[in-house]
Amino acid sequence: MSEWWTYRAEDFLLFSPRAYWRMFELHNAALWPLHVLTLAAGLIIMLLIARQSKNLTRWVALVLAMLWIFVGWSFLWNRYSAINWAAVYIAPFFFIEGVLLAVAFLFDALAFDRRRPTDWIGYLILGFALLGQPLLAPLQGRGWAASEIFGITPDPTAIATLGVLLLARGRLLPWLLPIPVLWCLMSGVTLQTMGEPQAWVLFAALALAAVGWIWTIIRQRGSLPAA
Amino acid sequence: MRTTRRTLLQAALMTATAAHLPGTLHAQQTQPARRPIPSTGEEMPIVGLGTWITFNVGNDPALRNECANVIAAFFEAGGRMIDSSPMYGSSQPVIGYGLQKLGRPSALFSAEKVWTSSATAGPAQIEQSRRFWGVPKFDLIQVHNLLAWKPHLQTLFQMKTAGALRYVGITTSEGRRHDLLEQIMRSEPIDFVQLSYNVVDREAEARLLPLAQERGIAVIVNRPFRQGALTDRLKREKLPEWSAELGASSWAQLMLKFILAHPAVTVAIPATTRVDHVRENLSAAAGPMPDAAMRQRISAHVKAL
Repeated sequence: MSEWWTYRAEDFLLFSPRAYWRMFELHNAALWPLHVLTLAAGLIIMLLIARQSKNLTRWVALVLAMLWIFVGWSFLWNRYSAINWAAVYIAPFFFIEGVLLAVAFLFDALAFDRRRPTDWIGYLILGFALLGQPLLAPLQGRGWAASEIFGITPDPTAIATLGVLLLARGRLLPWLLPIPVLWCLMSGVTLQTMGEPQAWVLFAALALAAVGWIWTIIRQRGSLPAA
Repeated sequence: MRTTRRTLLQAALMTATAAHLPGTLHAQQTQPARRPIPSTGEEMPIVGLGTWITFNVGNDPALRNECANVIAAFFEAGGRMIDSSPMYGSSQPVIGYGLQKLGRPSALFSAEKVWTSSATAGPAQIEQSRRFWGVPKFDLIQVHNLLAWKPHLQTLFQMKTAGALRYVGITTSEGRRHDLLEQIMRSEPIDFVQLSYNVVDREAEARLLPLAQERGIAVIVNRPFRQGALTDRLKREKLPEWSAELGASSWAQLMLKFILAHPAVTVAIPATTRVDHVRENLSAAAGPMPDAAMRQRISAHVKAL
């Protein structure tokens, strides 16, 4: 790309806000009532983490794995790609995140067995993704039909995953984090370019998650014995 | 403001004539003005239809029908040129849907682009675009944003020689790579050049527009409203009273008239999702046009706001 410095985010926006939001209406209509199942799965994930049921929490990773692969295929590959050709290049990353989460399930690599002072941030992000995000469409005049639901559309799925990962510990975390973070960033920039205030939801989720991770890292280092 | 005698006379003549014409003749009177394509003399209505963003509505049946309505209004108002690109997402199949719904209007002048960095992938992409549109062949194919322009121009010239294409062109936007564009305009036998030009982005006036006139190259103007940014910015501002002399009843019409009045411009291609806007755009192509002094005045006024 020549004269790259002359390009702005607007130059890469291929669709209008109207076409973008209508896409959620069509997607919801096509998949209803699967929303009930994915939302229930999300609430069960939150419950399992809160109860720290050791034998059951490993299933959190598998449920998330299936939902990432499903959202990547059904939304990005089949739906979003119709108005954004770049979506076909992003969809494989949702598949990769799904595979990584499946690996985490197989090796029981995510643990939710410790209470930490930052947990409230994780629950806040997860709770918002499950119960707050669906309200944004009706609150902004787009109606319930255009609601974004966990496990059906990418933003609440990625935000919820940030919340879950903030509540988890394990060696795979550095591998599981980049794709949800990058998606939130990319989706936030897209919404901001369209002039949609909802962009700040994604940026706020990222900022909260960053505060949570930094806080946790500082605490962990502080509790290490001096060398 | 200093009203020129010519604009006053034009406005008075248009008003008087329109007031006394019967309905059918009045409709003819408001047909868009035409300009010849320099390489052939074929007459072209000076306002076309762009599809960047506006026609990228995917498989949404309601929005596809809205686009079909825009195409229908465009042809009803006397338009011919519809411009698209493989870069514009689903715009190509949406155009094809609209054209099929309208029974393939014979007035259509199809303007497409080839947009791939691979020299060998050009012909397959053009064929895919043709299928999306559902046309036997394109009237015009342009190399999009100068991407792999050498091999693609070679392909397009071969297609033109073989009768598979009527015109060859090249495009840029947002004022990028004007030096290379100028070099190609000087060295290659192209029929069309497409570039960004509007009331505030006037770089093309310095070299490219005069060169197009000198070389007999038709000019398509994209981004006439800076992708809606200019009309958005001006919508709260009062339209100057003197715009009535040009028959302009909106900022969009005034800004379009500024562009269309340049003698090197063959057609401007505003994009819209609204039937009333497509009619408004085409009616800007009828009636009086600003002279050089009035064009300066329009530009200075918009820049000052």
